[in-house]
Amino acid sequence: MSAALPPDGGSRTLAPLERRLLEVVERREHGAYVVLAAEDPDGPAPQPGQFCMVAAAERWGAGADERPFLPRAFSVLRADGKRIELLLEDVGPGTRRLCELRPGDGLRLLGPLGRGFSAPPGDRRAILCGGGVGMAPLAMLQDELLAGGRDAVVLLGFRDAEHAAGAKLFARARVATDDGSAGRRGLVTELLAEELARDPVAIVYGCGPPAMLETVRALCERLEIPAQLALEAGMACGFGACYGCVVPLREGGNARVCVDGPVFDAERLASCLAPGEAA
Amino acid sequence: MSEAVRFCGLELDHRVINASGTFDAIAAQRVFGDEIVLRFPFAAFVSKTITLEPRAGNPPPRLYEAPAGMINSIGLPNRGLLGYLEHDLPQLAALPVPLVTNVMGSTADEVARLVEAIDARAEVAAIELNVSCPNVETGLDLGADPRLLGRLVDEVRPLTGKPLIVKLTPNTADVAAVAQAAEAAGADAVSLINTLRAFAAHPDGSGRAWLGAGTGGLSGPAVRAVALAQIAAVSARVEIPVVGMGGIASGRHARQAIDAGATLVAVGTESFRDPLAGERVRLGLDALEHPRAAR
Repeated sequence: MSAALPPDGGSRTLAPLERRLLEVVERREHGAYVVLAAEDPDGPAPQPGQFCMVAAAERWGAGADERPFLPRAFSVLRADGKRIELLLEDVGPGTRRLCELRPGDGLRLLGPLGRGFSAPPGDRRAILCGGGVGMAPLAMLQDELLAGGRDAVVLLGFRDAEHAAGAKLFARARVATDDGSAGRRGLVTELLAEELARDPVAIVYGCGPPAMLETVRALCERLEIPAQLALEAGMACGFGACYGCVVPLREGGNARVCVDGPVFDAERLASCLAPGEAA
Repeated sequence: MSEAVRFCGLELDHRVINASGTFDAIAAQRVFGDEIVLRFPFAAFVSKTITLEPRAGNPPPRLYEAPAGMINSIGLPNRGLLGYLEHDLPQLAALPVPLVTNVMGSTADEVARLVEAIDARAEVAAIELNVSCPNVETGLDLGADPRLLGRLVDEVRPLTGKPLIVKLTPNTADVAAVAQAAEAAGADAVSLINTLRAFAAHPDGSGRAWLGAGTGGLSGPAVRAVALAQIAAVSARVEIPVVGMGGIASGRHARQAIDAGATLVAVGTESFRDPLAGERVRLGLDALEHPRAAR
């Protein structure tokens, strides 16, 4: 279990400066997803929502097109200071290489990085809303909230039943799929709108693709419900050096997803969409 | 054990520094705490590029993973001169190594104002000029033309007694001629290479640019061979010390840059992959220079 959730934003578990060489001890498949578990005896317990930069110890940079080269950012699915779990979906050369790893293989990992989620204010009900592989940081958050005696409603959206198999990573969750092959046919944001209509004394924790997060952000803004959104962005380093992962802020200027986030209070964000990206 | 090295009158603990814009010592303290100060990977710290006015940087996407490297179009986001002096400088001055401030202007007057302001700060040990900025009249990089570059260094040289390092652009016909012009105008050192101008096609196959700014700069192992050739060409033509960089990721690469004529080496893109890359390069270099001690 991680350290107790901080009461407000800005808190983080510091990362050891050294990349750790970890041994993969378990690989399990949940439909379209792979969960990799590694022994991490020197890893401090992360906050839910923090992330790591990860590369395979071998054959990283020798694949097709000589990629991957840079490490990849992953939210921590679960971690307890002895073992860390990551959620993978094979979508490119980096995730493909990591999905190939088997027990006994090596991982290079830097983290925990970034700012995680903070605790629900007052007696607001926590509603966790995830899309696809973006469900990862919500698993640890749900564990944490339930362990602290709080309620934690989990709403997850997936493409289809194969992906919805990932919902089994949660103590309990309600599911929507695009094709109706599992759970409700429709968008997870529709489940969220119904949940908020039922009881608006809530805080929303969101992570998922940009269009989903933008819908969550706009909905919560309209209903004046606080939300914390964990953003994803392409990044080279994960610790504030490259300035590649910026997101525009409502107050003007940019924030770095890696060091100022990845979790942001929704009211600080101008939009969850990249410039030119349609909802 | 690393040997101290003299560079432009500065006493440095070893030969490995960072490339400008590839390590944010302030952000690193937020992420790693005091450990990054206690175990600072570089013998000097080079700031990211500071401009007269604040810059937001380029629209995303800003990064593209290239074969054996990356293309960036970050666009030099920074707080501007006043923001740097008030906010960043006190924190950077607390680092355990000498501070080099990198500045860029689009006119000689802008560069002069930056150099004068930085010269007034005792916390800064040296000034590096980023001359990879397009000239507002010609559109050419200030550092692409030996005559333009020579004129610029001529104008700002009298404004500071601090060591003046000119960061050369590789996007020029004859980098050694530019280096000679910098030396003739009074530069104390040159550093190279900056990133190679590069294009990343959108993965959707439309042929349009992936990067928000259209083009970017290529770095990483992909540019190492080019860097070694340019370091050697420049070192053969100037007497002033050379800071060599471009794809350096190990002690062996650092040794190659030193063999090509570099006095110091800088680690850039490799620090993105590993915050302790600078330390790893230094230890690797030590092991090559003192094979017995390392055994």
